[in-house]
Order: sequence, then structure tokens, then C-alpha cells
Amino acid sequence: MPVANIQISETPLVLYTLRRADDALILGHRLPEWCGHAPMLEEDMALSNIALDLIGQARELYSYAAKVEGRDNDEDKFAYLRDVRQYRNLLLVEQPNGDFAQTLVRQFFYSAFADLYWRAMMGSRDATLAAIAAKSEKESAYHLRHSSEWIIRLGDGTEESHARAQGAVDHLWAFTGEMFAVDDSERGLIDAGAAVDPASLRDRWLKTVTGVISEATLTLPQNNWMQQGGRAGRHSEHLGHLLSELQSMQRTFPGLTW
Amino acid sequence: MVTALDSDTELRRRAWDAAASVVDPEIPVLTIADLGVLRDVALNGTEIEISITPTYSGCPAMNMIALEIELALERAGFHRPKVRTVLSPAWTTDWMSEEGRRKLRAYGIAPPQASSSRRALFGEQAVACPQCGSGETELLSEFGSTSCKALWRCKACREPFDYFKCH
Repeated sequence: MPVANIQISETPLVLYTLRRADDALILGHRLPEWCGHAPMLEEDMALSNIALDLIGQARELYSYAAKVEGRDNDEDKFAYLRDVRQYRNLLLVEQPNGDFAQTLVRQFFYSAFADLYWRAMMGSRDATLAAIAAKSEKESAYHLRHSSEWIIRLGDGTEESHARAQGAVDHLWAFTGEMFAVDDSERGLIDAGAAVDPASLRDRWLKTVTGVISEATLTLPQNNWMQQGGRAGRHSEHLGHLLSELQSMQRTFPGLTW
Repeated sequence: MVTALDSDTELRRRAWDAAASVVDPEIPVLTIADLGVLRDVALNGTEIEISITPTYSGCPAMNMIALEIELALERAGFHRPKVRTVLSPAWTTDWMSEEGRRKLRAYGIAPPQASSSRRALFGEQAVACPQCGSGETELLSEFGSTSCKALWRCKACREPFDYFKCH
């Protein structure tokens, strides 16, 4: 018998919190797909460690969304009992790992944003979001350093690693615009000082990204057409495959506990 | 005569001591008090509530630590203690006690450095080898055996070692 998806009362604050939680959970699920397959043991550990931080962030955010919503949802139901269209993560984080360069470029684009975002969110008027941000920004500094070093190593490495890194940059670039987009439901939270306007972070993000990319002897694409849809629940085909794995136990054995 | 206030203070002290005896399951030489993870002990009527703070968002040891605290308090005679997680202010390695740093080093883990350079994108760090004390060390991996540690190697004695990352 199929397990029903949960219903969610999407107030702006619930939706806002779920979007950030989904980013962290989906990327936190993607990274450990490398565990046992990364080019070196240290990277098996590094990527899984970063994923642990992300899943920790997701848990805090889901728990807060459940509290704000005030129904009987909780962190597990948000993770396991929503279908693709109910997920609100960025398209960037659900993109497949591809080769190692593609994973690290995805991580670099996201970390460079997350680092600025969490630091700015520490000033949120929402005390819980500010507290989660204060925890997350410490971790994001490590995540950004890790991926930055790899971008330089790959870009300024061999002909092969350079070509792969450049290919990954070209491929993933169109998914970066969504990080800075704002819709009406977020506008009110930004005006109230509960959320930061991501557009205000774009120049600094571009400065960090440009600095590392050029040191890596890579170039950013000139094409600025950006892909969007994740925040509204319109996803690439990859998310469904990811969720089928993430949710298989709960969907097969409803209410299963460890 | 023992006033209610005195007995409350005494109860809280006993509860604190019981909770403070709990060790980190991944670094068993450190208690949660050494780490600065133990934040507060509150008495609400007859109910005792312990506040702890996570080191890293995803630290898998937190569930274990919460369970150990409950057990330690039950053993000390407190029934159904509550363990609460507080996020703010965020934990920092600066809260680790001097005693904790000394115990870490003796255990073979380099204690965290001052946190001022944490934000440097490609900052140089100087970490002394906990085995031989040499400053001739190198970073092998920013992410080590647990989420709070990095993997380093000493170029003098050739031993690899864990470094407790500053945070």
C-alpha cells in the first residue's frame, strides 16, 4: 500500500525554512554517494564529513519548520514523506555527482554562497534562524576552503583535470542564478528582517568565485541565462531518483524506526 | 536548618556533577564539562533539566551524550531528567577548558588553536605535534576521523595525528 505524502501549511516562514532545509538535506545526501569511491580515502571522509554538517543543519531547520507550522509534522516526515513537487531545494544541489570535478564545482558554487548567506543570517530578527546560522557559518568556512583548494588543484592541474573542471563550470553555471532569486513569499520576510535578501550577496559571491576560478586558470561562462524552478517545486529528473533511494525504507515499511 | 533555596542549590550541584562526569564517546578522555558542551542545569519544581550545546551541527555523538546524561542522572537519583539542546550562543573551541586541552594533548590529539585565523580562505596554521612537540607539521586533510578533527602529520617524528579543529 502506498504511503501518503504529508500535507503542509505553507506559510511564508515555513516555506522559507523548508527551502533551506531541503538544500542542506539534498546536498547532504549527494555528497556521501562518493563514500568508498572518491579518488582518495581523505576525500571519502571529507565529503561525508561535510555531508554530516549539512544534514545537521537540515535537521535543525526541519525541526524549526515543524514547530512554526504547529501541525504534527516533524523532521523525519519532512524528509521521508514528501514527493518531488513538495521539495523546494535549489536545482544546483540535486544535480548528479558526475565526475569528481563536477561534484567539487557544485560544492564550490554552493559553499561560496552558503558561507555569505549564513553569516548574514546571523543578524536575522528570527532568533532560531539566527542561532542556526551562527552554528552553520562556522562550518561553511571549512566547506568553502575545502572546495576552493580543489578547484585550484583541478583547474591548474593536468590538461585532463583542467578540461573536466572547465566542463563542470560550464555545465553548472546556469544553476547558480537561482541562489539569488527572491519571490513574493520571501519578500515579506526580507522586509521584516527575518531573512536576508540573497541578491545583496551576489557581488561578494561573484568576487570569491572569480578569484578562485581565475587562480585555477579557469574561466566563467559569458552566458548568463539561468535555470530556475526548484524553489517552486519544479525539479530536474534527478531529484526523483535521489528521493526514491532516500525514502525507500519509509515508503516500504511505513513508520519504521531504527 | 536547611532552607528550600539551599537544597535547590545543592540539588543543582549534584545534578551538574553527575552530568559533568559524562565523557565524549569519541574522545573518552574529555568530559562534556571539559569540552564546554555542558551549558546549564536548571531545576523547575522537582524536574531537572540539563542544557547541552552541539559542537558541530551534525555531530553524531550528541544523541549518545544526551542518553549518557540521562543515565548518569538516573544513577544519581534524579528521575526522568530532561536534556535540552541549545544552539545559541554557538559553541566555540574557546570554551574548552585548559584542563581539557592538556588532556587532549596527552591523549595524542593536538588541541585547537586560537580561532582568529579561521576565516582566512587559505590561511597558514601552525599546529604543534602532540607526540614530540615539533612545529614542523603539515596538514594531510581538513576532515579527519570525526567531524571535529583534521588529520595532520609531524615531519619531525613522522607520526600522523589528529588535530581538534578550531571553531
